Amino acid sequence: MTLHDVALQQPLFRVESLTKRYGHRIGCADVNFELWPGEVLGIVGESGSGKSTLLGCLAGHLRVEEGRIFYQGRDTLLMPEPERRVLSRTEWAFVHQNPRDGLRMGVSAGGNVGERLMAIGARNYGDIRETATDWLGRVEIASERIDDRPRQFSGGMQQRLQIARNLVTSPRLVFMDEPTGGLDVSVQARLLDLLRGLVRDMGLSVIIVTHDLAVARLLADRLMVMKDGRVIEQGLTDQVLDDPQAAYTQLLVSSVLQV
Amino acid sequence: MTEQSYNFAYLDEATKRMIRRALLKGLAIPGYQVPFASREMPMPYGWGTGGVQVTAACLIPEDTLKVIDQGADDTTNAVSIRKFFERTAQVRTTETTTEATVIQTRHRIPEVPLAEGQILVYQVPIPEPLRFLEPRESETRRMHALEEYGLMHVKLYEDIARHGAIATSYAYPVKVEGRYVMDPSPIPKFDNPKLGGNAAIQLFGAGREQRIYALPPYTQVVSLDFEDHPFEPSKAEHACDLCGSEVSYLDEVIVDDQGNRMFVCSDTNYCTTRQGEGHTGRLSQKGEAA
Amino acid sequence: MYVATKGGERAIDAAHRWLGDERRGDRTIAELDVAQIREQLGLAVNRVMAEGSLFDPDLAALAIKQSRGDLIEAVFLIRAYRTTLPRFGSSLPVETKRMHMIRRISATFKDAPGGQILGPTFDYTHRLLDFKLMADGEAPEALRSEAPSAFAPHILQLLDDDGLMEQLDVNDDTPPDLTREPLEMPAARPLRLQALARGDEGFVLSMAYSTQRGYGRTHAFVGELRIGTCAVEMEIPELGFSVEIGEIELTECETVNQFTGSKSEPPQFTRGYGLVMGQSERKAISMSLVDRALRWEELGEENVGAPAQDAEFVLYHCDNIQATGFLEHIKLPHYVDFQSELELIRKLRREALQAQVKEAAE
Repeated sequence: MTLHDVALQQPLFRVESLTKRYGHRIGCADVNFELWPGEVLGIVGESGSGKSTLLGCLAGHLRVEEGRIFYQGRDTLLMPEPERRVLSRTEWAFVHQNPRDGLRMGVSAGGNVGERLMAIGARNYGDIRETATDWLGRVEIASERIDDRPRQFSGGMQQRLQIARNLVTSPRLVFMDEPTGGLDVSVQARLLDLLRGLVRDMGLSVIIVTHDLAVARLLADRLMVMKDGRVIEQGLTDQVLDDPQAAYTQLLVSSVLQV
Repeated sequence: MTEQSYNFAYLDEATKRMIRRALLKGLAIPGYQVPFASREMPMPYGWGTGGVQVTAACLIPEDTLKVIDQGADDTTNAVSIRKFFERTAQVRTTETTTEATVIQTRHRIPEVPLAEGQILVYQVPIPEPLRFLEPRESETRRMHALEEYGLMHVKLYEDIARHGAIATSYAYPVKVEGRYVMDPSPIPKFDNPKLGGNAAIQLFGAGREQRIYALPPYTQVVSLDFEDHPFEPSKAEHACDLCGSEVSYLDEVIVDDQGNRMFVCSDTNYCTTRQGEGHTGRLSQKGEAA
Repeated sequence: MYVATKGGERAIDAAHRWLGDERRGDRTIAELDVAQIREQLGLAVNRVMAEGSLFDPDLAALAIKQSRGDLIEAVFLIRAYRTTLPRFGSSLPVETKRMHMIRRISATFKDAPGGQILGPTFDYTHRLLDFKLMADGEAPEALRSEAPSAFAPHILQLLDDDGLMEQLDVNDDTPPDLTREPLEMPAARPLRLQALARGDEGFVLSMAYSTQRGYGRTHAFVGELRIGTCAVEMEIPELGFSVEIGEIELTECETVNQFTGSKSEPPQFTRGYGLVMGQSERKAISMSLVDRALRWEELGEENVGAPAQDAEFVLYHCDNIQATGFLEHIKLPHYVDFQSELELIRKLRREALQAQVKEAAE
């Protein structure tokens, strides 16, 4: 968090009364929160609690009928589609749970990292390649793998590549959907370490969805607990996990080993 | 087919009006693919039905028509299409590029610079430059609308990473007036520089895919590339063996069982004109090698 | 001395003359006339009319003769002819409930008002070559009776009356015309049905078959299959009423498919629909299965990624005239592009070899 942003006293991202329905079923309902520059917000809950639906709505992947979403004071739901797309390839990024959803599997690692650069106008092959090499290094992928396709990578490497592909344009806001799901425990630990470092160094604001409270504790400054599409508790991470107020949160916390 | 039973240039006037509307829209938005209700033509899809419909919509009885395929006036498909218009429109036809008011082409742009008042009609098999990166029409239309062309450069990037050079030699994608990425039809990339700043009207018709697009005269057309891997038009590094031209696009012809080759202009009218003017090449009957 | 290939025009003329000669075949064998094809190869004529989108048995028979029995070529001839015909107007919608049926079967009911009519069918024939036909054996005439001429209601109407069928969105909007407007996605059901009705029988059949084998399964029952003739009526503005201008033969298939339901709506059967010109029940049944598979979105079903659920895939590839033209165009000369590829590959090889030499030297 830079002093400049604090001085502005304006949240980066603000959500008001957001509701998403699927016919008569509720995806998520009446969600309100603010996200400040440099802050990491964790959204936790069991599967089916509406946390991935909420993330999809926030990132503009799902259509929202009710509520408002402000990014730097501008309502993203009223933004024309081209503008929103520009936003999502420059200042925003999205890390999918399954790297296959976030990578082009038929394109080399270098091409995957370079795509966002080219999409915003980079036209020097040498520069693009240099930046891609640099980013592969930052996510601990050997530079000689730059021309290999993601198919030839392990699951952990694919996920690190997806992160590099997203962060290469230095976004301000990153959405993450269970970024460590589906990985072995040891691989998870390494990835979490890496993510924590990148978030700190780049001063990223992050909204991360996870069902894993250990991940939430390691990465998130603040937590939102969801159940049946509604936020039932929110607060500082330590406060929510060490002194849960809602009965459901108590159950959720007690069902996992303390880290 | 009895010529009298068909309207001038085969299509009925209502259909021609519909095509002209699409052409005008295309000219107003250079490089944008205008959907049009392509008609079934008495020749197969993929054999120039789009070009034929555009030509039919443009022709007036005073026109002089030239038809080329691979740059040549006497290739079978060019002959067939020229004959079609001779029968259905009774227009004058020519092989001389400068005499023609309408030129229908497949795969080449004539060597002689075109002039104002001329129309060049291209036959287009796949109008969508993004098609082989994204198979869905609904998605590619959205990509054009939102100007999301990053993927196009990813393809070029991958070419260089793998081959050290951009490995596209024909149907080389271009950007029109800084807005739409366009497929120039399968012309060799040697012809790409002639697309931009051309004095003639350039019209593109894709019959099977039901799309028309256009370049008005003097449109800016830029071949996609990287600063450090610039676009390079290329041709065989030879001179024409018949007319000696060193600047024309050449066909490579295997002349005997030993695999000996000769190189001749792909633009047959350009080549014969030069020969008529006394230019000679390596294999010209009387002269020495130029 | 090299001489550029000339005489394309003469070659074309000679080739076409040869083609005509081949079409005629051995001149000691009597020539087929168009009426023979129309009368004795009726199902081929039907297919050409259906996929050519033009109901004219004589022209279809002529096209078959001219194309030497290549049915896709015959469809092409009909399409190319059809496109030049002026449009005087549109007929009223054809009422298939007022059909003079020659065949009507239901797989969902043992019997129904109006009865089942087996009609002239290959079903239950043993597929044994009949050598009598080779020896000029005359077929015995069909038995004829004073058939009841009453029209029969659609069998699914009976289920509909009980509220068991999904409610159709019935309106009087003029459906889009594929032959007058470009096919654009997403395509609504009327446009999809239109494309399928003139789609290639083999393609539509294979798509339908793929749903049966599990690629987008729809659990279809043939609710009713009917074949017969229907009157075509047209409103004449000067007269102020409609007059019958002729009749056409049609095959119609309605399938009953697995029920859906939600909390708000009780379970109901859903439908697939097929309507094809002429007698073409394979095509009509196939069409109704594909139609049903393509409706996954409006019925709130899951897209399992099956080819038959993908409207872009099905509609852009079902037309055999588009497909065959584009497929066969690759035999046209492409030497200009190939030359460009040749130069590129030579250049890339040269650079790769130079790099290897340099590496070896180091």
